[in-house]
Amino acid sequence: MKSAKNKRMKTPQAASPTRRHFLAAAASVAAAAALPPPVFAQATRDLRGTEKDMLAAIAKASGGRPVTTGRVKLDVPPLVDNGNTVALSVTVDSPMTAADHVKAIHVFSERNPEPVVMSFHLGPRAGRAQVATRVRLADTQTLVAVAQMSDGSFWSGSAPTVVTIASCLEDI
Amino acid sequence: MRAALLAALLLAYAPAWPQPTADQPPAGRRSGYEAMSRETRAMQDDDAANPATFSVLDGAAAWGRKTGSADRACSACHGEAQASMKGVAARYPAFDAARGRLFNLEQRINACRVENQGARALSYESRELLALTTFVARQSRGMPINIVPNERSQPHLDAGRALYERKLGQVDLSCAQCHDQNAGRHLAGNPIPQAHPTGYPLYRLEWQSVGSLQRRLRNCMSGLRAEAYEFGSPELVGLEYFLMWRARGMQVETPAVRP
Amino acid sequence: MSNALVTVPATAKRGEIVEIKTLVSHNMETGYRRTERGAPIQRDIVRTFSCTYNGVEVFSAELHPAISANPYIAFSTRATETGQLVFTWKGDNGFVATSTATLTVS
Repeated sequence: MKSAKNKRMKTPQAASPTRRHFLAAAASVAAAAALPPPVFAQATRDLRGTEKDMLAAIAKASGGRPVTTGRVKLDVPPLVDNGNTVALSVTVDSPMTAADHVKAIHVFSERNPEPVVMSFHLGPRAGRAQVATRVRLADTQTLVAVAQMSDGSFWSGSAPTVVTIASCLEDI
Repeated sequence: MRAALLAALLLAYAPAWPQPTADQPPAGRRSGYEAMSRETRAMQDDDAANPATFSVLDGAAAWGRKTGSADRACSACHGEAQASMKGVAARYPAFDAARGRLFNLEQRINACRVENQGARALSYESRELLALTTFVARQSRGMPINIVPNERSQPHLDAGRALYERKLGQVDLSCAQCHDQNAGRHLAGNPIPQAHPTGYPLYRLEWQSVGSLQRRLRNCMSGLRAEAYEFGSPELVGLEYFLMWRARGMQVETPAVRP
Repeated sequence: MSNALVTVPATAKRGEIVEIKTLVSHNMETGYRRTERGAPIQRDIVRTFSCTYNGVEVFSAELHPAISANPYIAFSTRATETGQLVFTWKGDNGFVATSTATLTVS
């Protein structure tokens, strides 16, 4: 009976590898990238936040007042190229007059180490309630934008996004 | 006789392994730009949104600044870069016949600094060298890459191609296996590009800074668990030369944005 | 070394909404990274951004570590009169960057 060792003998180096060899090698690279950071004497810290943290931050921003879903459109790519730099824009349906305008827009994250991403302060001189920036995302998550109106009401919109290369979670 | 017969039998049964071809037809060449999301492409398309613009502006300032023991600016000899540097990056790396070796753009800039300005050579990946390189390369934006090897540079092209096709590192893969045979497929959720260096120096989202082609090549080698060649090594410059030749005809995109 | 880049149209009609794009050169060190030896790298980020239009603040923002390196902020303002737009970024360790633009309104 042939030994198992013989069956595992490599093909000659001069030849190109089979597709199976390539996929196995590629999978090992992918697997290595997906492994959690090594555990040393201290436990590895998971920096990711939770939905609870985000809801608490939203409540703080709204002063505990009710936040109604609507009027706020949050745009973020559904699948990001790299979590380090994700284009994000928020548009709020508002006439932006002295009597009726957006005072502030707050952006929140449910999985980043911190729930507050950014706050923008507008006013009637903005002309349009539309802002854009680029953010870091630590994981696949839903982002939420909350708009504070001049009449004291709060409105929100959200968008999910898939992140395969995360920001903030790598140590180097 | 027996050995020859055995050899013939082995050859008859040897499978026809696919050749790791490194020479795609021009129509089949795709820039990494096309694999990016709409938003990342927008970052590259808009100078006002591209962080690499800072490098271009710093480079423009450095171009006009007197430096070195000769107290001379680049502009003293080269005038306006928009005119004098147009097309230069598109034909680098270039073979210097007098010195008998390849120069990449960074090395050419440093050689000029040392010989003509009496200034010190700038370190690879330093902010200053990246700024000058990005500024010079920017002057070729939109132009086709134009690498034409000659009798003396051909051996360097061949060496670059050999490195491209060599399996490296503990992961034991060659550039060709990913970027020729599997370009367009995905690895760990990300599209594998054909790896044409059309936009260097570029702003890489992973780095959150501007970097050179050699930085990217070294990253890739480290990713294969191979010991990367040093910046400016003949191996890396030869590989750059081969990659630019392989991308000939494609438009320079400097300063590009890539994930 | 330029560290702030602002894109504003040179002219606008009175009442027109003007798009403004801004970029500032800054690493935005999150404070979550560690060196190879495991020592934490201190947070160092841009904290605030403001835009004044002939001395009146028309837009401002507070930034957090979640904002990408080389922060990009785009917003709009109504062209009210010819004047100076002054953009100011402030951050940790005394970081300050400014840029100005003139808007001619007809």
